[in-house]
Amino acid sequence: MAQPLVKKDDDRDDEADYSPFLGIEKGAVLQEARVFNDPQLDPRRCSQVITKLLYLLNQGESFTKVEATEVFFAVTKLFQSRDIGLRRMVYVMIKELSPSADEVIIVTSSLMKDMTSKTDMYRANAIRVLCRITDGTLLTQIERYLKQAIVDKNPVVASAALVSGIHLLQTNPEIVKRWSNEVQEAVQSRAALVQFHALALLHQIRQNDRLAVNKLVTSLTRGSVRSPLAQCLLIRYTSQVIRESANNTQTGDRPFYDFLEGCLRHKAEMVIFEAARAITELNGVTSRELTPAITVLQLFLSSSKPVLRFAAVRTLNKVAMTHPMAVTNCNIDMESLISDQNRSIATLAITTLLKTGNESSVDRLMKQITNFMSDIADEFKIVVVEAIRSLCLKFPLKHRSLMNFLSNILREEGGFEYKKAIVDSIVILIRDIPEAKESGLLHLCEFIEDCEFTYLSTQILHFLGIEGPKTSDPSKYIRYIYNRVHLENATVRAGAVSTLAKFGAMVDSLKPRIFVLLRRCVFDNDDEVRDRATLYLNTLGGDGAVVETGEDVKEFLFGSLDIPLVNLENSLKNYEASEEPFDINSVPREVKTQPLAEKKAPGKKPTGLGAPPPGPPSTVDAYEKLLSSIPEFANFGKLFKSSAPVELTEAETEYAVNVVKHIFDGHVVFQYNCTNTIPEQLLENVIVVVDASEAEEFAEVASKPLRSLPYDSPGQTFVAFEKPEGVPAVGKFSNMLRFIVKEVDPSTGDAEDDGVEDEYQLEDLEVVAADYMLKVGVSNFRNAWESMGADGERVDEYGLGPRDSLAEAVNAVINLLGMQPCEGTEVVPNNSRSHTCLLSGVYIGNVKVLVRLQFGLDGPKDVAMKLAVRSEDEAVSDAIHEIVASG
Amino acid sequence: MELCPSIKNILLLDSEGKRIAVKYYSDDWPTNAAKEAFEKAIFTKTQKTNARTEAEITMFENYVVVYKFVQDLHFFVTGGENENEIILATVLQGFFDAVGILLRGTVDKKEALENLDLILLCLDEIVDGGIILETDANVIAGKVASHSIDAGAPLSEQTISQALATAREHLTRSLLK
Repeated sequence: MAQPLVKKDDDRDDEADYSPFLGIEKGAVLQEARVFNDPQLDPRRCSQVITKLLYLLNQGESFTKVEATEVFFAVTKLFQSRDIGLRRMVYVMIKELSPSADEVIIVTSSLMKDMTSKTDMYRANAIRVLCRITDGTLLTQIERYLKQAIVDKNPVVASAALVSGIHLLQTNPEIVKRWSNEVQEAVQSRAALVQFHALALLHQIRQNDRLAVNKLVTSLTRGSVRSPLAQCLLIRYTSQVIRESANNTQTGDRPFYDFLEGCLRHKAEMVIFEAARAITELNGVTSRELTPAITVLQLFLSSSKPVLRFAAVRTLNKVAMTHPMAVTNCNIDMESLISDQNRSIATLAITTLLKTGNESSVDRLMKQITNFMSDIADEFKIVVVEAIRSLCLKFPLKHRSLMNFLSNILREEGGFEYKKAIVDSIVILIRDIPEAKESGLLHLCEFIEDCEFTYLSTQILHFLGIEGPKTSDPSKYIRYIYNRVHLENATVRAGAVSTLAKFGAMVDSLKPRIFVLLRRCVFDNDDEVRDRATLYLNTLGGDGAVVETGEDVKEFLFGSLDIPLVNLENSLKNYEASEEPFDINSVPREVKTQPLAEKKAPGKKPTGLGAPPPGPPSTVDAYEKLLSSIPEFANFGKLFKSSAPVELTEAETEYAVNVVKHIFDGHVVFQYNCTNTIPEQLLENVIVVVDASEAEEFAEVASKPLRSLPYDSPGQTFVAFEKPEGVPAVGKFSNMLRFIVKEVDPSTGDAEDDGVEDEYQLEDLEVVAADYMLKVGVSNFRNAWESMGADGERVDEYGLGPRDSLAEAVNAVINLLGMQPCEGTEVVPNNSRSHTCLLSGVYIGNVKVLVRLQFGLDGPKDVAMKLAVRSEDEAVSDAIHEIVASG
Repeated sequence: MELCPSIKNILLLDSEGKRIAVKYYSDDWPTNAAKEAFEKAIFTKTQKTNARTEAEITMFENYVVVYKFVQDLHFFVTGGENENEIILATVLQGFFDAVGILLRGTVDKKEALENLDLILLCLDEIVDGGIILETDANVIAGKVASHSIDAGAPLSEQTISQALATAREHLTRSLLK
């Protein structure tokens, strides 16, 4: 700061920075545009002025309506000149100005003249400009020329017409659809780009006709596509066809797979990659199908081009999530990518390795990562931290070294997002791996000793308050917490006071000591801190003696608020100050519309320090709260399990409905999440009529209709069934959506008064045995297995018949049982002939179940399985066998 | 899923991240401020990388960005998250090489600004409303450079004085260099 202030502009004002647009000013350029009106046009000069105008627009300058109109009219004069260069600039200028409808008329005739000109360059550009600025009425006039242009000898003209067709299809589909004969002819063009554009347009014209798309793909995959871009399109269309036909053909070879595989040998890299990616994204792809795609991607990994390396490693990274074993062949190439110049590539390589690694390679990897972490940006570090978290959940035995790693990087420099990612990860590990709890909590304690982020400090203090008192020696955390009261800002101090009080309430023996500390806080200079301390001192009671704290006091101080905060906020706003105190019981408990978040972000990972209480995964909590808030279901007892949503409609239908099965001890509640996708409709009194004739043990007891379902805001309706208590009853239900539909005027949003009753058939729904099984992992399967003892063990062997692969058979059994695979055993190594898979879960009635599955290939395809079940209750072990036997 | 490969934007920035020429084909950045913020962010993120021999690539927010630098010019092509990276790189290479041809090998900021009309036409010929029009640099440059009086025009329209004016300008330019 010792230097004198030099004007920055001065020392930059040298020769090298000369720009032809230096000091350019809008007003002056608009003045200059008058040369467009000269009777003797100077094309060079006019070109320069247009360039200046475009420069201004490009720099973000905008013209007022008047200015734009003026420029537009001036520019139209330039059609008199025959200079091609100038004409090209005029075309670009008109597109940039995007004139209004009444202005368009002025240039229409000039452009139509150019469209029929002998000069190809005029024809091509005039088509693009005219189609860009035109509206539907004009289109019918020029349709004839456009159809001719599509099959024009000159590829530039044909492409211009086809690309314009693609744009116009959005606004005037009925007109463009009439061109399909010409477009079809253009698909056969010898010019590469014409073929690409024609194929894109043809597919868009036919995209709603599944059969036609199928025919198109079938004929083109026999080979006649020359352009690499067109070939990429064809690959995308093919995978779409495969996706849609997958439901129909369960057996036999996948159609069109050979075509995709053939494309892996194409000479253009973009086609090879497109095909490889398409194969990896096939539904339920087998390892045999994957192998050739992985092989070409592996070659890309050692390419000299960063783009190829990036594309390959990004795709392999995705494959590693579902088929980690398939990617292990590339591990050596991946490891060399850790030192790649391009840090995006290096990060993707690291995280892929973390996904494919096995338990024994963890330590070696961690060493490599430690060096790597110091020289990448925060955003990449976050990705690595998340990968390490999932690795730790996969191999809980490795928690010590992984937790150490996390605590080491927590101590290093880093921004808020990065630190938050680490803290979240530690919190999740503490929650899911009991053995990691104490060391994790201590790491967090050390972190808040020197933490610059108030948000993280308070969140950690809150978490400590919940987990700390349950540990073997809660007193050792007190020092860390009380230090905060000395050293931090008011927000953190207040948080620390609450945490101290929680320890006092939960651990009676600590109460006298906590009271001493709390009394000191009463003299804090911040009122919130003082208030909290006073509140706790007065309510915890016992005057600091070792006595038990009353349940209702605990509930009052630390219980969760079981009403939605939005509702509370609304009620408080409506509350008028009066004699009558605010009654919290008057706040409605119903959740109005379920936030879309659940649907929009299926891949979103649970964040550790979200809303309190950080109990088990939040969806279960949310469901439980939702259900208990509905009076009809309030007496069903504790929610045992909620299934993942099952779609009851196909994608892109008028109404989208999925169902969540909530299992209670003696009841089952179906929660139908409905979305109305038609803007012109309002649905009222929506209910699902369920026919349970194929589910004998179930009897309908209650249903809760949805009063109104407006466009695009999801709502729920419920149907409840009674079933024999504790019995895993199964059955099939058919569903019919019934509602009153009212027309809505989309411009005003008002609905008509009269509605019509209507019905909509949904797909059937089944309650299966797996619905009665909770996925609960154990960190050390062997210990758990041994301690369960052989008393409740049941062993039997099963033949599973011919299967595509061992992996497929393993997955089928896991899904059938709905249990949690342990220690990464759900992954079957390539080409193995046998496999052991370990599962754990909790069966209805809170019975722990452990399963050991041994698979073997018997002959070429037949899979045999030995199933050993141990549980606390023999009857349950038998039940598991029954599930497998009947599945 | 977007079936047709599509380009979100093409950017040509200088060595300080300022615009030479940019073209956006998507509504993801509705205002000029949003566009400038994107340019600034992507410039800062890529600034220190060496993208001079081979095109480089990065993920940014939910976009894939490929880029290449020469002298004080930074070329960028942006596509959606699921776009085929190699298609994007092909577009970038087409743009990059076409500019090289049009500027006759002297590819720097000064030359680019002096021939901004060619650069703008070049952008116009590569992508139309997000759809790739052409990726072959020679074809692109050929289409842009066809600067002449159109064949149908009578010769008399080009007056002697116009021709002289053009010649004079060329002369002064070469003298000034």
